[in-house]
Amino acid sequence: MYGMPSRDACNMTKIQKHAYNARSALAIAAAAAVMTGCATSGNPKDPIEGFNRAMFSFNETVDKALIKPIAQGYDYVTPQPVQTGVSNFFDNIADLWIGFNNLIQGKPGEALSDVGRVLINTTVGIVGLFDVATGMGLEKHEEDFGQTLGRWGVGDGAYVVLPIFGPRTLRDTGGFLVDVWVDPVPNHDPVDVRNIALALRAVDDRASFLDVESTIEAAALDKYSYIRDAYLQRRRSLIHDGNPPRESHYTQFAPSEYLLTMAPIESTWTFMLVSALPAERVEEAGRASAKDVALAAN
Amino acid sequence: MFKRAFQLFLVLFAVSASAQANVAKAPDVLVKDVTEEVLNTLRTDVAIKAGDVKRAAELVETQVLPHFNFSRMVALAVGREWRETTAEQKQQLTGEFRTLLVRTYSNALTSYKNETVEYRPFKMAPTDTDVTVRTQIIRAGGRPIPIDYALEKTDDAWKVYDVSVAGVSLVTNYRETFAAEIRAGGVDGLVRTLRAKNNTTTAAK
Repeated sequence: MYGMPSRDACNMTKIQKHAYNARSALAIAAAAAVMTGCATSGNPKDPIEGFNRAMFSFNETVDKALIKPIAQGYDYVTPQPVQTGVSNFFDNIADLWIGFNNLIQGKPGEALSDVGRVLINTTVGIVGLFDVATGMGLEKHEEDFGQTLGRWGVGDGAYVVLPIFGPRTLRDTGGFLVDVWVDPVPNHDPVDVRNIALALRAVDDRASFLDVESTIEAAALDKYSYIRDAYLQRRRSLIHDGNPPRESHYTQFAPSEYLLTMAPIESTWTFMLVSALPAERVEEAGRASAKDVALAAN
Repeated sequence: MFKRAFQLFLVLFAVSASAQANVAKAPDVLVKDVTEEVLNTLRTDVAIKAGDVKRAAELVETQVLPHFNFSRMVALAVGREWRETTAEQKQQLTGEFRTLLVRTYSNALTSYKNETVEYRPFKMAPTDTDVTVRTQIIRAGGRPIPIDYALEKTDDAWKVYDVSVAGVSLVTNYRETFAAEIRAGGVDGLVRTLRAKNNTTTAAK
């Protein structure tokens, strides 16, 4: 936690990385980061920060060399209405799983609205190319299995940067695997159509972030932690459908509070409780016990 | 003589009226007015459309920043350590944070592409001194981006002390980074890092 290594040591690993091919660079950077304990600033939500930073810069390198240029090319040659059509098409496919997640999160109204969206957009919206449902008042939702788990009371777990796929928490990594498992696009036959669809979706997704990027660069003191903290906040907001319980701005988190959310025993315990308790109650209980521990520590 | 007195009266009346208008401006009205002002400028200003960050920064300085409470923002971002900082450090932090925000904000404005802003229903009790005004950016070919402004009532007007984009609070997002900087190099270290960041020329892309 204390005695953070010098910045130079961190930069070294970054520079070295460019000299090797991607795979060995990753291994070396990860090893170097672990060995020097590089930049583990002691954030309890990010216990494997050294590894994560290495993975983050690996992802940045791949993005800069390959994914971003393709996305820029796509953005340049594809007229906006076509891009919108592509986004809508894949969003429509995703709406069914979103509806299912809403249902098992105990939000039947939202689930029904999602199914309505699919029905309308697939027919009136010509296989989903046009999102007519939003105009009719059926709002687009954003759900995935990681959020469902969160809603059920599963804590974040450690922050992890996955290769290529980027920021996740331990919980959201599990959720992501389920999302991929049920995703109709990678399970589509024939394989060549599937591959084109996967690539197109990925490039279209990436292209939609091109505008935000320079703003993040302008805002961030440290891009890695800026993106990490934004991701964690964003997930928290999504789990609560945009209305997370308000944190008091003046109280800093006690470290024990982090430990509680991360402790595996605590998570299992909450997981067993959730089926009986609505998410808010579980959270209250968690906060209360965190406060007790903090008081006891003082 | 009478004419002079009348002029003086007019001036005083105008001053007090504008002062009252400021006090009376409800937080949602304030957010809407400022946003629409900025959007109008963005739609007509050719320089900003062409990516002129300096022009955008001017716009931010004159139209947006007067409605922000910086010392509150930076105090929230620094968190617990704020109480241990000296007056001079507070001033330095606030200044550098302000510059950082101007740069971030003006950078965001240069990527403006005819988005419009929708204002979500707002209600508050007359006694409220801390409210959130919710808006949404509507853009072509993308989902709406929710932007929430947290405002607090100060002596003369409502002031913004936090902005959330898609559920990500600007102030909270700096908290971890600031804490890490302070752990590594103290408050002066944080000031140095902010200063270094503000002195780098904005990355071309």
